[in-house]
Amino acid sequence: MSDDPRENIIICRCNEVTQKEIEDLIDQGITDIEMIKRITHIGMGPCQGRTCIPLVAGIIARKTGKKIEDIKIPATRIPVRPVPMAVLVGDDDEE
Amino acid sequence: MKNKVNIAIIGGGIIGLYTAYELAKRGVENIAVYEKNYIGSGSTFRCGTGIRQQFGDEANIKMMKRSVEKWSTVGEEINFPPLKMAKTGYLFLLYSEKEVEQYKKNVALQNSLGVPSKIITPEEAQEIVPGLDISEVVAASWNPTDGKANPFLAVYGLSKALKKMGVEINEYTEVKEIKVKDGAVEGVKTEKGDVKADIVLNAANAWAKIFNEKLGVKIPIEPYKHQGIVTEPFKVGEIKPMVVSFKHGGAYLTQKPNGGIIGGIALKYGPTWDITPTYEFLREVAKNFSKIIPALKYITIIRQWGGYYAETPDHNATIGKINEIEGYYLSAGFSGHGFMLAPAAAEGMAELITKGSSSLPLDFYDPYRFERGELREHAIQMG
Repeated sequence: MSDDPRENIIICRCNEVTQKEIEDLIDQGITDIEMIKRITHIGMGPCQGRTCIPLVAGIIARKTGKKIEDIKIPATRIPVRPVPMAVLVGDDDEE
Repeated sequence: MKNKVNIAIIGGGIIGLYTAYELAKRGVENIAVYEKNYIGSGSTFRCGTGIRQQFGDEANIKMMKRSVEKWSTVGEEINFPPLKMAKTGYLFLLYSEKEVEQYKKNVALQNSLGVPSKIITPEEAQEIVPGLDISEVVAASWNPTDGKANPFLAVYGLSKALKKMGVEINEYTEVKEIKVKDGAVEGVKTEKGDVKADIVLNAANAWAKIFNEKLGVKIPIEPYKHQGIVTEPFKVGEIKPMVVSFKHGGAYLTQKPNGGIIGGIALKYGPTWDITPTYEFLREVAKNFSKIIPALKYITIIRQWGGYYAETPDHNATIGKINEIEGYYLSAGFSGHGFMLAPAAAEGMAELITKGSSSLPLDFYDPYRFERGELREHAIQMG
């Protein structure tokens, strides 16, 4: 376990991004959630940001003083849930 | 935001940022970049990440050879080691003798320009990507020095370097129009105020024509909707190169360092400003990918998105000086190759602006070729 407890707090479970990684970027001046997303891959895993995006928005608001409602939430992409290619091909009865 | 600069660059994508970097590197001061959204948001962050030299004409091969040299070293150059081109190769799967004949010619041309591509057997292709279905593959065109890079890190790394070099990057600052007086650029009108500039570079790619049309400059660049997908991660190293199959929907796919597949097919819509993802694309991707690598049937797709190819009639970019207006330059219409071409396009444009000419074959991308009826051979437009 690290000395910095923020290294043990996982914000994005899909891509294993910690609170410290997010806060370090904000400390460097990267406060746009879109850029934080691209650098850390928060919100780009199978859950589509359901867990991490509100948490990251909260961290940004706390650290920068921005209002949470002013933080524009990144786009949600289809498919909303992961879909095996076989289902789309219509060939999903082999498994 | 400064109200007077030497060079105003419209568009904070890879072309605008890389060109700003090449200009700043040559000692040009007072450069500003204007991006209507966040940097990279237009087309760069939506791209397929591929970087290849396997083109079918001399100019694109030379430009891409130069780009690969620069993609390989830019991370160190800007002191941002995470940005590094992965030389994992490009593998074009060929399914007919006719395709093989064409690719033999391309390979000969590529070899004559120092690109080590070669035609390999289906079995050799399968050694490179074990999951391939080679039952209908006749041969493959393989170049180990092609590869890919991460557009997110490229934009982030370059923007960090640019800020250190004193380049002003203005995000969420839309340019409304280019101001012209007595046949020369005067500056740009942005949503946050007017800026005087001696030189304006239009690096807005899909949006480039909006500025051109307002100035009566007719260069044919139209936005087409293309799409991409990523899958859940699986064992890293299974699909190292970019695999391309024209037979199967014009598909291209590769595995990212985290193990997920990124890729797409040639299916496009447009011209249109709508980039909403389509179910048709999702189904076609699944169908075609699983024909190329049957085991992909068992992999799940987690994200799909749309983005623009800013297409010209011959699928080659328009890079050069706009003759009608003094001080106006254009680097746009990359037709799906903007990310891979960015380093050479930027170097060429920086040379053109600072010296009046370039050592790179920019003539090939002359914005006025359409007007003269000199269409180039269509670029091999893929990934």
